[in-house]
Amino acid sequence: MKKIVLMGNPNVGKSVVFSRLTGANVIASNYPGTTVDFSKGKMCLGKEGHEIIDAPGTYSLEPSNKAEEVALEMFEQADLIINVVDATNLERNLYLTLQILERKKQVVLALNMWDEARHTGVTIDLKKLEHDLQIPVVPTVALSGEGIHDLIGRIDEVRSLEKIEPMNESDRWIKIGKIIRNVQQVTHRHHTLRDWISEASIRPLTGFPLALAMIFTALWLVSFIGETLISYFFDPLFTLYTPIAMGLSTWLGPGILQELFIGKLIDGQIDYIQSMGLLTTGIYVPFAMVLPYIIAFYSILAIFEDSGYLPRLATLTDTIFHRFGMHGFGIIPVFLGLGCNVPGILAARSLETKKQRFIAATLIAISVPCMAKNAMVFGILGPYGVGYIFLVFATLFIVFVVSGLILNQLMKGDSPEICLEIPPYRKPDTVTVLKKTLMRIRWFLKEAIPFLFLGVLLINLLYTIGFVEWLGGIFAPVIQGWFGLPKEATTALLIGFLRKDLAVGMLLPLGMSPMQLVIATTLLTIYFPCVGTFAVMFRELGIRDMIKATAFMAGTAFMVGGMMRLVLLGI
Amino acid sequence: MIFISTIARLLGIPKGCIMEQPITSLETGTTAVILRLEGGHWFQNKMRGIGIREQKTIRLVAKHPFNGPVVVEVDNREMTIGRRMAEHIITRIPK
Repeated sequence: MKKIVLMGNPNVGKSVVFSRLTGANVIASNYPGTTVDFSKGKMCLGKEGHEIIDAPGTYSLEPSNKAEEVALEMFEQADLIINVVDATNLERNLYLTLQILERKKQVVLALNMWDEARHTGVTIDLKKLEHDLQIPVVPTVALSGEGIHDLIGRIDEVRSLEKIEPMNESDRWIKIGKIIRNVQQVTHRHHTLRDWISEASIRPLTGFPLALAMIFTALWLVSFIGETLISYFFDPLFTLYTPIAMGLSTWLGPGILQELFIGKLIDGQIDYIQSMGLLTTGIYVPFAMVLPYIIAFYSILAIFEDSGYLPRLATLTDTIFHRFGMHGFGIIPVFLGLGCNVPGILAARSLETKKQRFIAATLIAISVPCMAKNAMVFGILGPYGVGYIFLVFATLFIVFVVSGLILNQLMKGDSPEICLEIPPYRKPDTVTVLKKTLMRIRWFLKEAIPFLFLGVLLINLLYTIGFVEWLGGIFAPVIQGWFGLPKEATTALLIGFLRKDLAVGMLLPLGMSPMQLVIATTLLTIYFPCVGTFAVMFRELGIRDMIKATAFMAGTAFMVGGMMRLVLLGI
Repeated sequence: MIFISTIARLLGIPKGCIMEQPITSLETGTTAVILRLEGGHWFQNKMRGIGIREQKTIRLVAKHPFNGPVVVEVDNREMTIGRRMAEHIITRIPK
């Protein structure tokens, strides 16, 4: 079995080619740095099975960030390389190609985005390019699948070559210059409407108003879609389900089983948020409260990702993000973190230094609430008024800014400048957007349901053995005395380690005032990340930095909680 | 280097006469040719890797305030680079 690795510059479409070759789904987007880790898949060629690996993009074989290090690692292991190249930008892409060839690897060249090259007036002589490089060259349009069949067919043609000797950087560019003059012709292109929009959205004067408009529209769309899905689909669904659950409750009769599956009946009725049974709260929270917002958020995110807007946003926020010890690219992990902190923290791999990655990961864990939690905040604080929801997010925003400023001062290390390619705007493809959203929904359900069930089970267990009382007593001085919350809120903070959405739900039966709810839900974001985020922080930062980050979070939660109590409760 | 264009303007020297200047002192929208990259080996490699090389035509698309990044276009491709890096890209406006 051969190991075939997909390599190429960032944002040339490697992940799309990978999906086409293996049938496996991986996230692909229109911005450099989407893939930060490798994915493995299988492909059959004749009777033989091959392992295909999708590597992060890199401009050269000298890595400059963690994602590129992964790419290099994959390169070393490869038996054969499919070098995916952006046909609209052949010259620059060939640098990596030559480096790969100098290392005596077997290579097939996929000239991707062949359609776009044609539209932009770039013509490439395939025969001549094959002759100059001495490797098979196949034009492809990975998005539509065009050329993928040929690509597979020509993998067999690959043979070892001895022709290209290692050379230095300037010789490489000279060679590339020769090849380009020989194979490529570019017809001059007039500026189009797309170029005009592209420039308007990246220039400061027009870019900032546009960015604000885009973000507000996006937020409005997410809440609108989420609410609509709940009131017209998920809630009616659960109204139909209630008689079944009630029937089951009666059939089970009072006892441990009823407690476990249905939970506590409130005024003889099931309360989907407060009952805490596996078949009531355990399925209502993920499906009827969180899932609608997950669907809304990820479909909007997919449109943002595929349009190519995110690198422009990164440019606009660069100056501000430098104050937080990162550069503009830091907005992308933050954006992804709004869906789920785990992929957000992973995306920080595209930042160059340890300092930048540490700050990005810590800020996400401390002040970027994930969609599962947001949905619950909307659901629980919404009835009291939008003002309360605003208070939660305003506080988190302040925490983000202040922590960023502080961490930038505290942390040693470099914060290099931004160096980011801006992809052309592309129209997001409906099917691709839907597929990607579906993939993330499936991922959410797979991650969320087991932990939610575990959480519900644990809550029941902890109440039965009296652990909750005991723990509440221990933390009473902090929770009650300092934060001004009922001491039972301790359990919610404990469960928050498993699932933050469930934890928010647990606050409801405590009979708190709206202001207390604001404090509790805000603290639920700050104090500690959930178990998944914790694991990814451990993996990305190492144990020492993770402990540092955690200590920072606990300290911040303590201070912010105290201050909020003073300001919001006035006592 | 940054103030060359300002000084030149004060002295009344027309724009085309300035032999070389960093991309950051060009006016937004100006097209120029890259003469050389100043700075360490690592920086030069990085710039060439993303397509910013000697002899290439470069256009300044945007310059962000408060010493923010600049956006340049080379080979029909836009790129955002930090101000300090951009100051090391020396260009000349063709006559």
